[in-house]
Amino acid sequence: MQRHFDQELEDLRAQILRMGTLVEEQIKQSIQALVDRDVDLASRVIERDTLVNSLDVDIDENCIRLLALQAPAARDLRFVTTAMKISTELERMSDLAENICERVIELNEEPQLKPYIDIPRMANWTMQMVRECLDAFVRSDAVLARKVCADDDFVDNLTHQLFRELLSFMIENPATITRAIRLTFIGKYLERIADHATNVSELVIYMVEGKIVRHTIPPILSNRPS
Amino acid sequence: MSSGNAIDKSIRSGFGRETLTRRKLTDLLFASAGLFVMLLALSALLSLLGQLAFDGADRLSWQFLTSYPSRFAAQAGILTAWLGTVVVMLLTALIAVPLGLATAIYLEEYASRNWFTDVIEINIANLAGVPSIVYGLMALGLLVYEFHLGQSFLTAGLTLGMLILPMVIIATREAIRAVPPQIREAAYALGATKWQTVKDHVMPYSMGGILTGLILALSRAVGETAPLITVGALSFIAFLPHAPWQADLPYISLQWIFDPFTVMPIQMFNWISRPQEDFHANAAAAGIVLLLMTLTMNAFAIAIRARFRKRIRW
Amino acid sequence: MTVSAQPCTTLKAEARNLSFFYGNTKALEHISLGLRDRCATALIGPSGCGKTTYLRCMNRMHDLYPGNRYEGELLLYPERINLVGQDIDPIEIRMRIGMVFQKPNPFPKSIYENVAYGLRIREAITRQNLDQAVERALRDAALWSEVKDRLHEQAFNLSGGQQQRLCIARALATGPEMLLFDEPTSALDPSATARIEELVTTLKQKVTIVIVTHNMQQAARVSDYTAFMYEGRLIECDRTEKIFTNPSNKLTEEYVTGRFG
Repeated sequence: MQRHFDQELEDLRAQILRMGTLVEEQIKQSIQALVDRDVDLASRVIERDTLVNSLDVDIDENCIRLLALQAPAARDLRFVTTAMKISTELERMSDLAENICERVIELNEEPQLKPYIDIPRMANWTMQMVRECLDAFVRSDAVLARKVCADDDFVDNLTHQLFRELLSFMIENPATITRAIRLTFIGKYLERIADHATNVSELVIYMVEGKIVRHTIPPILSNRPS
Repeated sequence: MSSGNAIDKSIRSGFGRETLTRRKLTDLLFASAGLFVMLLALSALLSLLGQLAFDGADRLSWQFLTSYPSRFAAQAGILTAWLGTVVVMLLTALIAVPLGLATAIYLEEYASRNWFTDVIEINIANLAGVPSIVYGLMALGLLVYEFHLGQSFLTAGLTLGMLILPMVIIATREAIRAVPPQIREAAYALGATKWQTVKDHVMPYSMGGILTGLILALSRAVGETAPLITVGALSFIAFLPHAPWQADLPYISLQWIFDPFTVMPIQMFNWISRPQEDFHANAAAAGIVLLLMTLTMNAFAIAIRARFRKRIRW
Repeated sequence: MTVSAQPCTTLKAEARNLSFFYGNTKALEHISLGLRDRCATALIGPSGCGKTTYLRCMNRMHDLYPGNRYEGELLLYPERINLVGQDIDPIEIRMRIGMVFQKPNPFPKSIYENVAYGLRIREAITRQNLDQAVERALRDAALWSEVKDRLHEQAFNLSGGQQQRLCIARALATGPEMLLFDEPTSALDPSATARIEELVTTLKQKVTIVIVTHNMQQAARVSDYTAFMYEGRLIECDRTEKIFTNPSNKLTEEYVTGRFG
């Protein structure tokens, strides 16, 4: 029997998707602002963060209302509680994109340090993780979610690589320190975004399977079926 | 807590074998006593019927049913008697039903509950218990002498009608009360007036109970002898009443309601009072016919109740 | 005043200082409560708080029993008729406001006759229109597909949930402006209850609904506004969301969190 409640769950799912799409866009544009050295674009991304925040508040209120009025059970309960947490993760991702843009604006006061290769690579990988974790949520796909968790290793490795490279720059030439440090931060932000995407995936696994896999040792999270 | 232990101990003592056997024995004893008493009553009834059948079965024949009474036992029949019973029953029903129904409906649905309606209710219950001969005396004084209705079918119908009226009212009221208030509320909530609720719901649903009560009251009236003797039922009627139709306008004649009459119990009484054995046989045969008539009416009542009970499930 | 105003904005009925007496007992005390048009308002509260009493004031069911008295006003919009006024005919009110009772109480007639009865007593409808009206009512009550082949069977042959939907169809057939539900699912099993709740959620867009319920979760699921009553008084009435997430009155909060009642 189709219930009015089912429609409300669908609306919530769409709301999360909208927020996710917006956040993906924020991340993409922040990296583009870096690569193109576009201060205007960076400012716009910073402004749009308030929109993401208000979406987060809306989703929260919506979820609380659903919990109070409908008292969902089982799958529906996991869905609503997961949606609340995912919106928090998305909001953090948007904050990190905002932080990237702040660093971009600061970087533009000096000439570019080096061609940006690793950072865009990290960014692509991270954005794919974000896209896939949202796909996993929409399709309730635990296998895809597990893949995203495994992909986090790659981003972590890239972060270390970036850090080593920037460190060597700083040692050779102290004049590059401010720029290198800012770039390090940007790498760190991207790595944190990837971590949040991993968190979203863990939440999706809970939503689908009812198993809490947060805070468990990474080797458990592999593509091998459990 | 020692008192607790003492209580537990006494409770457990009730689980013993001997107590259980004793209880079961008492159970069996009571069941046997009940069975015995029932068989006693049944055998009394059967012996009564047996005696009746033994005495009168020979006389049952088509001739018996279609002959007039006669001085000769072998030629006597119960034509006028059973016809009289049927006609009197008809008149009784015609009088008791509309009056009884209307009174009961008014008292149950329309009248407000105050001391006056309480007094009426008590009086109706009392009237149901008044001996039937008293009704006969009243009818004699009022109907025969005051109103000059004569010793006729009309008088008989009115007398018996008044006799069973309290029973009809009570039975109808009980049947109406059995209709649950939720049904009435459902009808009112749709915007029905009181009359619509009564006509469309209360009456149809209580009809089973009303008809059952009515038929039982009528089968009681079938056997009433005392009031009819008092108003002057003749025991030797050798002619039929006027036919209810006539050749010219208005084609219906009511002359017959003023004719003299007799009924089955009275005919039986007349025959049993005579010394000749043959008339006693006649009386027994008439008794069998009367019994069959009563049983048929009761069977109707049961059938109607069963049919209505199938549809109504409160 | 436009007919096509948004639902849940204008008032359909309003109690103003309504009090009600069973004989000498005061059952309702100075109730002032607004019921919004084409909205579902739930009345909740512990046993004996007066919610069913208030409901039955709206269609004057109390008039069927002697010794009852109303004080104050119960206005019906848009004409501002006082429903509990002396000069108003209860029968007229009941033709505009329908009721569904706690225990399903279909008439011991056929399904068709049950739904048609409300229309027949108004003496305002032809045979062909009657068929259409019965079908429409049964469709609105989400019962048509289950009974369309056996309209002339006895209503008592239906299950409890179906009987209650039949009672809803019976009340809907006459096109009421308001439907009063008196604990409509308390005698039904969970799946029948869910169907009736779904039905109420659909119906409230067309008809103003007032639903008395013991089951707070039902009030939460189904209604737009909730009124909490206690010992014959109205404690709080607000949007259902607010009552169940952040009520203004402490007593309300204690009740909805299950601390009493």
